[in-house]
Formats: sequence, structure tokens, C-alpha cells
Amino acid sequence: MALLDVEDLSVTFRRRGQRTVHAVDGVSFSVDAGEVVALVGESGCGKSVTSLALMGLLPRRGAQVGGSANFDGTELLALDQRSMRDIRGKDVAMIFQDPLSSLNPVIPIGIQVTEVLVRHRGMSGDAARKEAANLLDRVGIPDPRRRLKEYPHQLSGGMRQRALIAIAVACQPRLLIADEPTTALDVTIQAQILELLKELVRDSNTALIMITHDLGVVAGMCDMINVLYAGRVVESARRKELFAAPRHPYTVGLLRSIPRLDVGRGEKLTPIRGSVRDVLPWSEGCAFAPRCDRRIDASIGEPPPMVPTHTGHSYRCVNPVPVEEKA
Amino acid sequence: MFRFIVRRLLLLIPTLFGLSILLFVWLHRLPGGPETAILGERGTPEMRAQIRRSLGLDEPLLMQYGRFMKRLLQLDLGTSISTKREVTTEFIQRFPGTVELTITAMVIAIGVGIPLGYLAARRSGSILDHASVGGSLLGTCIPIFFLAYVLKAVFAEWLGWFPAIGRQDSSIDATHPTNFFVLDGLLTREWDAAADAIWHLILPGLALASIPFAILVRITRASVLEVLGEDFVRTAEAKGLTERVVRRRHVLRNAMLPVATSIGLLTGLLLSGAVLTETVFGFSGIGLFLYEAISNRDYPVLQGFILLIAVIFTLVNLAVDVSYSLIDPRVRVR
Ligand SMILES: Nc1ncnc2c1ncn2[C@@H]1O[C@H](COP(=O)(O)OP(=O)(O)O)[C@@H](O)[C@H]1O
Ligand SMILES: [Mg+2]
Repeated sequence: MALLDVEDLSVTFRRRGQRTVHAVDGVSFSVDAGEVVALVGESGCGKSVTSLALMGLLPRRGAQVGGSANFDGTELLALDQRSMRDIRGKDVAMIFQDPLSSLNPVIPIGIQVTEVLVRHRGMSGDAARKEAANLLDRVGIPDPRRRLKEYPHQLSGGMRQRALIAIAVACQPRLLIADEPTTALDVTIQAQILELLKELVRDSNTALIMITHDLGVVAGMCDMINVLYAGRVVESARRKELFAAPRHPYTVGLLRSIPRLDVGRGEKLTPIRGSVRDVLPWSEGCAFAPRCDRRIDASIGEPPPMVPTHTGHSYRCVNPVPVEEKA
Repeated sequence: MFRFIVRRLLLLIPTLFGLSILLFVWLHRLPGGPETAILGERGTPEMRAQIRRSLGLDEPLLMQYGRFMKRLLQLDLGTSISTKREVTTEFIQRFPGTVELTITAMVIAIGVGIPLGYLAARRSGSILDHASVGGSLLGTCIPIFFLAYVLKAVFAEWLGWFPAIGRQDSSIDATHPTNFFVLDGLLTREWDAAADAIWHLILPGLALASIPFAILVRITRASVLEVLGEDFVRTAEAKGLTERVVRRRHVLRNAMLPVATSIGLLTGLLLSGAVLTETVFGFSGIGLFLYEAISNRDYPVLQGFILLIAVIFTLVNLAVDVSYSLIDPRVRVR
């Protein structure tokens, strides 16, 4: 059995006076221990909401969560606040997108690291400080003893993200969720942070859910990739297969929009036309249809089902890209 | 930090200089003069002229100002026309009363306003939230002297729970080494004197607290609401910290930053703005004395007190800026 099994997860935002938003609309995927699974899709497709739902961090008012998320035998979505707090930061940890705003500006880095150790590992005082310095050292922050006393604004962007990673791995979680951990960083720093994450999960056999809008980010580190569109998984495959033989036109579009070094052959960077706002509700057909070149009559009318293949690759399209016609 | 403080203090000199000129011109253009206050409407022109001469008010304005400045440089603010005592002595004797009143008002405003603003934010949209926002609006609308009169009429004159006027009951024969009556009572171990002084502070303190209370409720509420939506609070939650730690260490600490600044500003304002409250409650602080000085056209008192208040206002604000840089590591004063 997988470490985390997400079945038919849905999140609906209902607010008085506002339109109901189906942010996540029946997402299923699973993560094995030590596995790296990617959730990929354009901004607004429901990636962050999915991860916040798993963490129990959605706003208490106005968000309605359905489906199931089984974490090693525990149903995360049914847990009460108190038990969720015991799991969060200990068994399941998360890294966020913007490292500056994700750290408390008026508290030294040291306390922000030690407080998890105090909470979940029963450490205190010197032992906690020592371990915090070890953690900072492990994520590649030089001179950790001094850094512990500093405040977030005194660190560079890359260092801050390393500190957040140190906090996340402090209790050796079995599952780590990284929500666009490199989006706010420079390209060179991005690569370093990805390398660090890869190393950390490899060494500790931690499962990682890697969330990104950029397929390029996961090209070098994922086992399984789930492509999301408008709150649903539209394609799911092992990394090699997805890159070699993408079937969903949206995935092909995402692949075409990755900047590549080997573009010399006349292949141009082509963004997907239209925007995420041009969606059809899933109940009326394929949500991607309004932006899709391969749209056929069958795309509209009823929601396309997920089509499985014998290799574990599946896609949600009635007119998939043929395998030969490689992207 | 040291250079910052020195620079701000040096800046005080031109400010005071400008203020003194404005004051001088304004005071001497007020209709009437000390002679009217002393003689009433009856005095003959000769008597009036004689008084003006004896006070040096017959000289050209520039000469008068020159004399004032010369004395000021020797830290001499002159003598009160109505009490015949030194202005600095009067100030030292009366200022402690105003300080006690301000502290009382701020303790009430902070002690009730911040918790209320915090609860309103935690339960935003609830009845408590609407009530406290509405109440604080009312607090800023009601004129202080009206509130002071109502409090005095109801709780002092009608119910008789609190004394109506003064700083201490005249039947109490207390010694006053510092002129801070509460402190004096504690220092001399005259407990009843201290208790009586506190008793006298409550109603005027409540009246004076109304505006800072209203402002603190709203600033705290807005600030907590903003911090609750910050990413670092989500990070704190993601760490699985207990609700208590999240609230105290992450929400409250950050939410208090703007509140701390306004506490400083409000304190400065109260110190200089207790005139109405002190007048209604016959509370002997600088406010009441200033009020009397205006009707007496007591020029030296008005000039001296207002300059001293300006100095104190600046010092309080300086203290606020310095302490702010201590609570918020991102702010470094230069
Ligand atoms: N608190 C919220 N209230 C209402 N709608 C929300 C809320 N959070 C997210 N959404 C909506 O849910 C959708 C998915 O958002 P999100 O998961 O943040 O996208 P992304 O894939 O970029 O992380 C968006 O349409 C967003 O507007
Ligand atoms: Mg997001």
C-alpha cells in the first residue's frame, strides 16, 4: 500500500455573495515511501489548494473538502484539529513558495527552527539549539551558529529557502510537500535548491510531493508526474513516459513551453494559447477544449473520462496526441 | 542609534525657536491682556497702563521677545503673573498630576482596547466584532468634555461612587515629596492617601481614555486581521505548533508592532491634551492650569508651559521610535 493515497479529493469554496469555486474537483494520486511525485499545472489549477487540503490548512470558513486522503492508515481529511497538529510538521511537512514572507520577520531564525524541535521532538534549550545548527548545516547554510541569531531579512533568498527546508525536515517527516519551492528564486539558486531537495529525500527515504507550474523543474527529479488542469488530473505517467510520449494536448503544450538548451532544431518556444480563465466547467465537457487545437465534437457535451493504459500511464482526453507524433 | 538620538535632540532646537516666535506673536495678538484679567472691566486707563508698564508689556514686541529669549537661554521661564511663582516651579508641581492621569487613561485604553480588538479580529463578523467596531466609532465621536460631564454627573454626583473633583481628598493630610500623589502615598507608606489618589483618578482617567481606547481597538483589530492572513502564520500552522504558540509568538507579536507606535503617539497626545478632562474634574494638572492661564492672559505661563509640553512631546516620540527599533529587528534607526 502507498504511503499516501488521495482519492477523489475535492475542495469547493463557498462564500456568501461570491461565486462558488470548485478549486479541486476529484483529484486522485498516490505517493509511495521515498517516491517523488509531481503535481504540475498552470497557476490557478488547484495545486496549492490540494496541498493545503492535505495539510488541513485551508481556511476553516468557506472551504468544503470532500474525498479521502489516507496517510499510512490515517484518514487526514477526517482528523480533528488537535490530531492534525500532532501530524503536521512531524510526519507531514511543507515548504512554501515565498521564503521571505513565509518566515516570521521579527523572530530570529534559530527560534523558528527550534520551535518545531521543541514541539515534536521534546527537545529544549541547548540540545534544541545544537540540533538546529546541525539542521542548518545539513541544508548548506554556512556558519549556522551565527545564522541562528539572525533575522530573516538578514539572509539571502536562497538561504531563507534553505532555512525553511531545514524547518520542514527537522522532524524527519515521512512526507514532504514542496509548493513551488523555487518559483521566487533566481535560476542558479533554483537549481541548487532542487539539488538539495533531491539529496535530502534520497538520503532519508522521504516521500516528496513536488508542486510546480514548470515541467522543467521536475524533469530531473520525479518518479511520477500528475498534470492538473482546472482542478482535475488530466494526465498521469511515470516521468520518462510522460516526457517521451505525452498524450494529453495540454501536457504537450506545457512541454513546448519549457525553455530548452537544444532548441536549435527550429523548434520554438510556444506558450499555450488562451488563458486559464477560458475554461469550460468539467460537467460540460473537457475544460481545456476552448484552448485546444485537437478539440473534436466529442470533447464537448460530457466530461471526458480518465483513460488508463497498460503501462500505468493514463490521460483524460477523447482525442489524445498519437504516440508517434512526439512533442 | 546614539547619533540618531543626538540628531533628533538637536532638531528640537530650531523647532522650539520657531514655536516660541509663533507663540509670542499669537499671545500678544489675543484681545485683552493680563491687566484686564487683574482689574476686570473697571480699571481706569491709567491703572491699566501702569500694570502693562510694570510687566514690561509697553515695550516693542521685539524687545520683549529678546528679553524672553535671553532668560530662556539661562533656562529661566519667568514668573507667573497670577500666582507670582516661577513658571518652572508651577510646571514641576502640576505636571505629575497630568502624568498620573495619562498613565491611568492609557492603562485603561490598553488593558481593555487591545484584548477587545484582538477578540474582534479572531471572531471577525461576529456580534462581538460589530459591537466593538461600533463602540469604538462612538468613542471617537463623543466629545471628551461631554463624556466627562456625564461620568461626573452619574458616578460622582448621583451615585456617589467616586469623588467629583480634585486629586486627593482635602481631609487627607499627605506629604508630597514627588507630587506624584499615588507614588507619594506608596513611598511614605500612607496607603490611604495612595488609595484615595487612585480613586480620584478613575473617572477622569475613563473620560480621557475614550479616544485612545477607540483607536487602539480599531488598530489592534485591523492589525491582527492582517497578520492572520500572513504566510508566516501559515508556516507556523504547518509546523504543527500549538494554537497558543501560534497566537502568542507569531500572531500577537507581529500584530503589536503598529499598535506599539500608536500607543506612543497617543501617550504624547494625552500628556498635552488633558485640558478638557482636568477642567471638568478640577484635577490639578498642567491642563487645568493652562486653562486658567488662558483666561488670565498669563503670558509667561502660556509660553513656558507650551514650550515644555513641546519638549516632552518630542521626547516621548523619540522614545517611541527608539523602542520601535528594539521590537522590530527590520527597523534600524540611523
Ligand atoms: N481561500 C480561497 N477562497 C476562494 N477561492 C480560492 C481560495 N484559495 C484558492 N482559491 C481558488 O482556487 C483555485 C486554485 O487555486 P490554487 O490552488 O492556489 O492554484 P495554484 O495551482 O496556482 O496553486 C483558484 O481559482 C483560486 O482562485
Ligand atoms: Mg500555488
